Amino acid sequence: MNRMRVKGLMRKEVYEIVRDPSSIAIAFVLPLVLLLIFGYGVSLDARSVPVAEVVEQPTYLTASFLGELDHSPWFRPARYPDQASAEHAMMQGRVQAILWLRSDFSRRSLSSGEAPIHLTVNGVDANQAHIIQNYVNGTWQNWLQQQATLQGQPLAVPVVADVRIWFNPALTSRDYLIPGLIAIIMTLIGALLTALVVAREWERGTMEGIMVTPVAKTEVLLGKLVPYFVMGMCGMMLATAMAVFLFHVPLRGSLTVLVGTAALFLLTALGMGLAISVLARSQFVAAMVAIVTTFLPAFILSGFLFDIRSMPQAIQILTHIVAARYFVAALQTTFLAGDLWSVILPNLLGLGVLCIVFLGLSVLRFRKRLD
Amino acid sequence: MGVIVVNNLSKSFGKGTSRKDALKNVSFEIAEGSMTALIGPDGAGKTTLLRLLAGILQPDTGNLHVLGHALPHDALQLQAKIGYMPQRFGLYENLTVEENLTLFADLHNIPEDRRKARFDDLLTMTALGPFRARRAGKLSGGMKQKLGLACTLIHPPRVLLLDEASVGVDPISRRELWSIIQQQVIREKVTVLLSTAYMDEAERCDHVLLLHEGEILAQGSPSDLIAPMQGHSFLLQEAAMAARALQSQVARLPDVVDTVIQGDGLRIVMKKVEPPPLPADLAVRGPSKPVPARLEDAFVSLLVNRNPHHSIPLPPATKAVANDAAVVEVKSLYRYFGDFAAVKDVSFSVQKGEIYGLLGANGAGKSTTFRMLCGLLPASSGTLRVAGADLRTGEASARARIGYVSQKFSLYGALSVLQNLSFFATVYGLQNRRKRDRIGWALEELELKDYIAMNAADLPLGYKQRLALACALMHEPSILFLDEPTSGVDPLARREFWARVNALAQGGTTCLVTTHFMEEAEYCDRLVLMSLGEVLAEGTPTEIKSRVRHADQPNPTMEDAFISLIEEHERVSRRAS
Repeated sequence: MNRMRVKGLMRKEVYEIVRDPSSIAIAFVLPLVLLLIFGYGVSLDARSVPVAEVVEQPTYLTASFLGELDHSPWFRPARYPDQASAEHAMMQGRVQAILWLRSDFSRRSLSSGEAPIHLTVNGVDANQAHIIQNYVNGTWQNWLQQQATLQGQPLAVPVVADVRIWFNPALTSRDYLIPGLIAIIMTLIGALLTALVVAREWERGTMEGIMVTPVAKTEVLLGKLVPYFVMGMCGMMLATAMAVFLFHVPLRGSLTVLVGTAALFLLTALGMGLAISVLARSQFVAAMVAIVTTFLPAFILSGFLFDIRSMPQAIQILTHIVAARYFVAALQTTFLAGDLWSVILPNLLGLGVLCIVFLGLSVLRFRKRLD
Repeated sequence: MGVIVVNNLSKSFGKGTSRKDALKNVSFEIAEGSMTALIGPDGAGKTTLLRLLAGILQPDTGNLHVLGHALPHDALQLQAKIGYMPQRFGLYENLTVEENLTLFADLHNIPEDRRKARFDDLLTMTALGPFRARRAGKLSGGMKQKLGLACTLIHPPRVLLLDEASVGVDPISRRELWSIIQQQVIREKVTVLLSTAYMDEAERCDHVLLLHEGEILAQGSPSDLIAPMQGHSFLLQEAAMAARALQSQVARLPDVVDTVIQGDGLRIVMKKVEPPPLPADLAVRGPSKPVPARLEDAFVSLLVNRNPHHSIPLPPATKAVANDAAVVEVKSLYRYFGDFAAVKDVSFSVQKGEIYGLLGANGAGKSTTFRMLCGLLPASSGTLRVAGADLRTGEASARARIGYVSQKFSLYGALSVLQNLSFFATVYGLQNRRKRDRIGWALEELELKDYIAMNAADLPLGYKQRLALACALMHEPSILFLDEPTSGVDPLARREFWARVNALAQGGTTCLVTTHFMEEAEYCDRLVLMSLGEVLAEGTPTEIKSRVRHADQPNPTMEDAFISLIEEHERVSRRAS
């Protein structure tokens, strides 16, 4: 290892990053756009869901129940004269659910346990359908209890659900999406960008020029690793600052734990990027391989958008080789729950194993040769 | 013992049926302080050999010693002592001239206190001093190549390996590059091994290695190689007759190995030591006079002897009368990229059935002009008409009248020869009978029959070029655009290519060709000589050369003409400013 050579390579890399708008775009502009889209645009909550209300025989009881719905922030109710016209509205996508109160609503609502309300939900978006179902149920239970109290009667419902939500009491999906997004951004910088810049050196023939100098392969790798590590950590800091100050995501854990986990994950991502670039010497192939093996799994299989526990068994096993899985779990814990070592430690262990595998692979397979 | 010692070296690429032998049992030795040229057709194994000697490829069998280091084992120690310049030297285009030098100085671990003197020395030698702070991407082709050489010479190396360092560079930069390399040999006692496509460069070396299909076909000093050819070469001075018409007659004579137009005459290489048996009508105009043989004669006859079936197609017997109607007209054409003028005030016109050349180094604006003519790029100002229409704004039917062969051939590598032909025929709207006829014509005329089922990617370069030409000719265009068709092609394949173009022109197809080989000007009816986007001269090859004829230069070549014209151009523009 020679300090002058490593310094020379790193300085070259920094000039290239600073002077090449495309790497700045991947490292900082793309993450910014993603953060804004997920922060402001995408939300997995159901809010202001259009619901059709069909009342066959209006009474003071139906008015009272519907009043409850009308005041809820989750729904945007609209009255329809009969079931047929409400169904028509659902077909056209104007409403997502139909709440049908039959003529015997008032009579049966107070007497027995039979469900006197009829709810039809558009099940195309299964997630939203579940949420609507739960919200209506909750509102219904609430109202029943109120009525019972008003009339001095004990409620016929045997069990009352007393739901308490931990860690994200307001149930805003933004609070767990944004920490997860940090993993995506670091995958972009660590794996995709690194794989691309090394492939570019092969394409432009600069690598061939470097190869015939007395530089050692560890020096070449280090010359790539260090600048992109710094750049990835900057991206992480930027995303964390935006999460905390712009989107007001709570950071309950310590910054030290956050930075430490991020550093370990970034090394793993860089290892993946370098390993890809050993195999792929054209930018096109490198980009494809990096997207399919690092970026998409980080999006889909990391638990960032979809809960791993609800995946089929085989896919659940597969997620164990997705580095982002460990990082997303650690990030969400650090942000929403705090430095919960029982969760963070196993994830750090998983990351550490993958980090050694990928970095080791790139060091072993990188050759100072063309064949 | 030699500085470079190679024993029974073999190297192949690929496995199974796609296995290709790049080098077969090669042995040679290179003495310290000598200059050796590596010549041979494309795919002969020149680049593979240089890469093996630089320690970036692993040999299959055989021994390699450079400066006493056994390769590939001692590659790292060796790499500190050698300089290797790949065909496309990868400069970091976002780094300035000085930063590129600094990077290579760092990689070679050159102490700070020695750097200033070395940088100054290299920048003076390459005349890049004024451009220290300019980014490498903004340098001209010749300057980039000189900077690449400077980076290679930084330590300084004891052995210098150069892979086609001067290809595609303008004649002036080529002369400068050559003098830098020679200085290294004389002043620093550097041992040089260089591959080149220019026979005149090889002739100036101490030693020549001729590689062919991975084997050494001949080696020795240039005079050793030329010696057996002495007495075989003749010059026929014939001012009264167009040199091309003369060539097509002489090439048909028995025992003629090669004919090349040179100046106003025709250079003839014979199989035996006797003058060409000129027919009566030519003989009365003057005898052919014996001239000293040169390396190119030896090269061509060695390769022709090796592959007798691979003979050069004869140029067509007579030339079709050129029609006066201009089919391509360009008037004061400009093209800017940002504030950079790639093409400045270019005007010319081409008549039907002419071979028209655009000559110039890389970056002279040839390809940009071509793209505007084909309607692929809008002009910033000026007028251009091709087949009576501006292809950018005119109707699509005008495009059916042109054929275009791009620099990279644009073939589908995963399709076979037949599938490529069929695809391009369909694209041009040919159907049934006509499609079958044209494909049959292409296979026959361009001799592609033996390769009908091979994928385009696996074809030898010369055949790729033929296939690309066949695809562009599927719809029988009246105008054919050929962008750098001979780049990276050896002298033999180049002669073959020009014979084909000649035949097309004879059939009435107008051919526009770009090239950076100055000597190819002789194949054109008329041409423009371009440099940095401007036209230096326009006219027939004889007219252009006669512009620079004077006492010191009684029989100038096109390269001499280029250098004189560019120097004159610089004097004029300096006076103007």
